[in-house]
Amino acid sequence: MSALSQALWVLLLGSLLGLELIGKVPPTLHTPLMSGANAISGITVLASLTLIAQANGQVPLLLLGSLSLGFALFNVVGGFLVTDRMLAMFSRKKTRSGGAG
Amino acid sequence: MAGLDLLPAVIDLVAVLLLALGIKGLSKVSTARSANGLAALAMGLAVLGLLIQQPLSAQAWLWIAIGTAAGGLLGLVTAQRVPMTAMPETVALFNGCGGMASLLVALGVALYSPGGAPGLVEQISIVISVFVGAITFSGSIVAMGKLQGWIDTPGWTQSSLRHGVNISLAVACLAGSITLPGAMAGAPLWVLVVASSLLGIGVTLPIGGADMPVVISLLNSYSGVAAAAAGFVVGSQLLIVAGAMVGAAGLILTQVMCTGMNRSLVSVLFGGALGGAAPVGGGGDEAGYTRITSCSAEECALALEAAERVVFVPGYGLAVAQAQHALRELSKLLEAHGVEVTYAIHPVAGRMPGHMNVLLAEADVPYEQLLEMDTINPEFPRTDVVIVLGANDVVNPDAKSDSSSPLFGMPVLEVDQARQVFVVKRSLGAGYAGIKNALFELPQTAMVFGDAKAVLNGLLSELRSMGVGKKVAA
Repeated sequence: MSALSQALWVLLLGSLLGLELIGKVPPTLHTPLMSGANAISGITVLASLTLIAQANGQVPLLLLGSLSLGFALFNVVGGFLVTDRMLAMFSRKKTRSGGAG
Repeated sequence: MAGLDLLPAVIDLVAVLLLALGIKGLSKVSTARSANGLAALAMGLAVLGLLIQQPLSAQAWLWIAIGTAAGGLLGLVTAQRVPMTAMPETVALFNGCGGMASLLVALGVALYSPGGAPGLVEQISIVISVFVGAITFSGSIVAMGKLQGWIDTPGWTQSSLRHGVNISLAVACLAGSITLPGAMAGAPLWVLVVASSLLGIGVTLPIGGADMPVVISLLNSYSGVAAAAAGFVVGSQLLIVAGAMVGAAGLILTQVMCTGMNRSLVSVLFGGALGGAAPVGGGGDEAGYTRITSCSAEECALALEAAERVVFVPGYGLAVAQAQHALRELSKLLEAHGVEVTYAIHPVAGRMPGHMNVLLAEADVPYEQLLEMDTINPEFPRTDVVIVLGANDVVNPDAKSDSSSPLFGMPVLEVDQARQVFVVKRSLGAGYAGIKNALFELPQTAMVFGDAKAVLNGLLSELRSMGVGKKVAA
């Protein structure tokens, strides 16, 4: 039970941290922030990898884990890159030629 | 040995720290980009920490490589190809896939119990992970389809029938959840998967396209919850922290969007599409208007040429017409002519808060010219010309003066204070709120009918033929 109560504490403190961290954000950044937070939620990759590691050669588990890893990584890689693309536009030094897209 | 045991824990702690710093940095314009990189680095660290902790067979590495290659490449290509105007539906797609990942992990653990028979905590976590993951996935895909225009709002979803359907589905989910611990890999699991997925569709389908950003933001929060639940399933505290942080962030953002649109979360989720439910006088057609003045691009160009201060109010229509580059050309031309140009950004302009800023930044509009509502509203009385581009409800003066209006109380851009207002619009059709806009009938307002991009290009050529800003290259 101590592992559970520890996990619940982690859940509680993580939630409070999340509320505090993004308390005040300029509206300009809401879309990039949503996209960035969304990329972070792809941290489920850790669960996918754990599943694969514990599969012990069971092919259905490996398959599920790999599929799940693919979905999660799609979220992570796509999410971070697309956020970076948006934020790159806010930097003023950007040259005109790079703008098409 | 102690040092080796400690290493993964230290990596995890550093990863959490970097994630927190990343989210914090994302809330400031100057640090946002590096913060995003920091969060990505944290993610890489977390994966690294896990990989050195877990002994992996060659077979496991092979499956990891397959998943990584498929997901990573698809993500890479999607992120580079997708146009900026399609950002909300892209976030929805990514988000749905995150939910699907949590769902699959929970399914794997439930079906094959790789870490031994699941205890009560794991069973509850599996139920939450499946339920939230499935809703996140199917809801996000429906949201994406609606934003892309692939899916319409079916008529039955606007009647109270939908509540009956959704309640039945929720009861089915509950039944599946309660009977699940008795038969981990049996029918209850599949009942839960199917009913949750259908519930995600049933809840999202009735919601109008204009409220979809709120839904995406909420689903984004759900995917955090799903990740945290998956963290309980596989016993990863890092996953729990990160999921909880994202869940909280999504909730805050959802609240911000609701405030900006003067909608409560409850009415978004259970009220159905606003336009469909409200009794609209003229059925959203032109019959409701009596004192409309329309004018040509030429007249509009003459007013612009004579103005000293011009404010553009970009909205949803601008994004749809992809006219942000044409708008930037026009304002450069006017600036070269000595006109002071600014942009008034309503908190929910575009399709998501901040979306309009992204679109205009893409067209190289200087950041300082984008003024938020509270800054620009006192400036309207000394503004010569306001050009409203595809915005409607956010400039409706009834929101301030008419307490019977459904918009009453919503913060709006007070463009009716300006000397002259041009509204560029395709037709007199109602905005998503399905109500008349009193601005259109004011004496200082003239309508310029047409697609935003076509009108802006028309203005450009009119101004050029007048000899305005000759030196500026196209």
